[in-house]
Amino acid sequence: MSKPGTEDHILKPDVLVIGGGNAAMTAALQAREAGKSVTVIEAAPKAYRGGNSRHTRNFRCMHNGPLGVLTGDYDPDEYFDDLLKVTKGDTDPQLAKLAIENSESAYRWMEAHGVRFQPSLSGTLSLSRTNAFFLGGGKALVNAYYARAEDAGITVLYDAHADHLEISNNQVTEVWVSTRAQELCFKPAAVVVASGGFQADTDWLARAWGPAAKNFLIRGTPYNRGVVLKDLLDQDIQSVGDPTQCHAVAIDGRAPKFDGGIVTRLDCVPFSIVVNRNAERFYDEGEDVWPKRYAIWGRLVAAQPDQVGYAIIDSKSRDLFMPSVFPPIEADTIPQLATKLGLAPDKLEHTIETFNAACKPGPFKPTELDGLSTQGLNPAKTNWARPIHEPPFYGYSLRPGVTFTYLGLKVDQTARVSGKQGPMENLWAAGEIMAGSILGQGYLAGFGMTIGTVFGQIAGREAATHA
Amino acid sequence: MLNTSSNETYEEARRQLEICNACRYCEGYCSAFPAITRLRAFADGDITQIANLCHNCRGCYYACQYTEPHEFALNLPQALAKTRTESWQAYSWPAPLGAVFQRNAAASVFITIVAVAALMLLIRALPATSGDGFYAVLSHGAMVALFAPLFLFPLICLFVGLKRYWKDVGGERITLAHLKDAVSQAATLRNLSGGHGEGCNFESQDRFSQARRHAHHAVMYGFLLCFASTSSGTLLHYGFDLPAPYGFWSLPKLLGLSGGLLMTLGCIVMLTLKAKADAALSNPETHGADQAFVGLLGFVGASGLALYGLGSTAAMPALLALHLGAVAAFFVLTPYTKMAHGFFRLAALVRDAQQKP
Repeated sequence: MSKPGTEDHILKPDVLVIGGGNAAMTAALQAREAGKSVTVIEAAPKAYRGGNSRHTRNFRCMHNGPLGVLTGDYDPDEYFDDLLKVTKGDTDPQLAKLAIENSESAYRWMEAHGVRFQPSLSGTLSLSRTNAFFLGGGKALVNAYYARAEDAGITVLYDAHADHLEISNNQVTEVWVSTRAQELCFKPAAVVVASGGFQADTDWLARAWGPAAKNFLIRGTPYNRGVVLKDLLDQDIQSVGDPTQCHAVAIDGRAPKFDGGIVTRLDCVPFSIVVNRNAERFYDEGEDVWPKRYAIWGRLVAAQPDQVGYAIIDSKSRDLFMPSVFPPIEADTIPQLATKLGLAPDKLEHTIETFNAACKPGPFKPTELDGLSTQGLNPAKTNWARPIHEPPFYGYSLRPGVTFTYLGLKVDQTARVSGKQGPMENLWAAGEIMAGSILGQGYLAGFGMTIGTVFGQIAGREAATHA
Repeated sequence: MLNTSSNETYEEARRQLEICNACRYCEGYCSAFPAITRLRAFADGDITQIANLCHNCRGCYYACQYTEPHEFALNLPQALAKTRTESWQAYSWPAPLGAVFQRNAAASVFITIVAVAALMLLIRALPATSGDGFYAVLSHGAMVALFAPLFLFPLICLFVGLKRYWKDVGGERITLAHLKDAVSQAATLRNLSGGHGEGCNFESQDRFSQARRHAHHAVMYGFLLCFASTSSGTLLHYGFDLPAPYGFWSLPKLLGLSGGLLMTLGCIVMLTLKAKADAALSNPETHGADQAFVGLLGFVGASGLALYGLGSTAAMPALLALHLGAVAAFFVLTPYTKMAHGFFRLAALVRDAQQKP
């Protein structure tokens, strides 16, 4: 990489924000409102601006008593406990509590900056107390922030890739950016990096996870390639989070490689049996209610040959789960379905016959753990185990869909990035690029947007103070 | 039954609705999305109903993560607009007229010119022998003989279409509560409020604005005031033996003047907004015809105002022909143009009131 020309394009904003999603725009607005000049470098073209935020739908918010669209109350201790459950303790408690305790004021800040909320969507009632849904979803939130940014006089460059941050003596001195037309060299007083993880770089994923990762689908933006993250780690900026891990859920195998988003989600697993390429079952499909289990199925499918699974249901389960984007593969007999799915017909028939024989009569309750379990089957299906014998039969292919990666930058309570010789002078981080500090493993619905908003506010404020 | 089983427009709407139903992020914008999420599969009648519920506010388009260049290529406002105009065409009676006027601006302009010319000829051929004001130009008897059928026939045509619509969307017996709900939604244009009350995305892309809602209010209430003006005149004429002309401080004049002003201004703003808005987010094939219709409606209002202002000058007979010609064209075109939307939209809102939990 050669240093781009600087003579004609010396751009010196007070604060340069790298990234264009929720955390980046929050930081940019916060810094601008503190009276600083701000430039935002967004790698995506305008149509795809907003990183993974454009695919989000809610944020998790503490509150004492009803707040806007949120019902009941959700105190910080319960919130923190929920986080501990999913991360199994792998979190920085100070940073986590900072995010949680500031989430209520974040709600108001978001509303004041044009974000509008709606009651929890049909099919997501379980979240009505804890998660505030964005009216129109994450892209509407992103639109609101960009409109505010434009009104506030923030410069936004689309299709602009930050290639390199030049660092000396714990200070970012230059940021090299390439756009379609030219190479730019920024000399900002302060820098906020909010450019996400590296999950869209499948080569990197394959190096970290293993070659199987080449078969993973990426649920979100193709622009989170981790260029800035890698550039900083190469310069010995301190990292957090497991560099080999990503958060993956099982999604429809026919989803696009990138940007499939919410609609590729499949909620049929608890009412199905799931087999691998060899038409064999490999895990208890009915272990727990789906909201508590969907996240493990990405990993489960990733461990199967060719990283593919097939969920199979019969007609009586067809309407028990949220519809998804692609209609299921349909057939009148199991062997026909197997052929359509590319599985060995006799093997699938055998697997289903064995499963059916292990099902026992009893009350079936689709919305709760009903204990309707197989007997003498390995692996067992411990809830919702009903024989699959009423045609037509339906099949969905499943593949791991990567949501985000855990590797990130280590920050302190002021969102300041840690360099090799202590805290960086003028570099802050917000959003997915630093979320690994708080979400060491697992995921808590809507918490990514909470981290992004709270640390975006902090980073923007701190950067403005410095600039 | 509307024959749509192999129809590409309905197939495309169905493809998009299935994606929307798997996402549901837009649930809070309008009545169309809750209607979508109540369903698992979309029969043609369901699609017709959802399409007629859609007010083309475009909130869902600008919030959508799946619009082009994404491969899912969602453009729900366009898909529903196309379905909607296709349904009006199919329900129009006689059907071929719908096909002509929904898509063809020139046809509407032509009808208007013909109507004005016909009125001029009529005025020349039937000189009034007595009467004051306008009736000195065209007698009251001639006006009634002409406009009573011109008013009633389109209503019969619309009634036939609405009956077919009601059957296709599975409508049930209508109660007062259904009507109350539907009328209050139409009266406030709640479906152009964006769900948060800040308006729609019609002309300002991803920003919200009340401009279209307010302009539509002006046109709709202006039109209703004009209608009330004519009705009050009829009542005064027959009920109280008080024939026109009326002075300024009379019901017909006050209602007509305020209604005419509102309607004219509203139509001008509507045309401006339409020119600013992205035509690809509605049915591009009916864009010109829709503009022509709004233009005609505005012209009805403006010519009425001109007639009021210049009613005592030598220009009056010509202006009267212009105004009455425009009104006649408006009546004739109502079942076959954009004007049909008001009737089908109200029917859709009534049906929605029946289906809401």
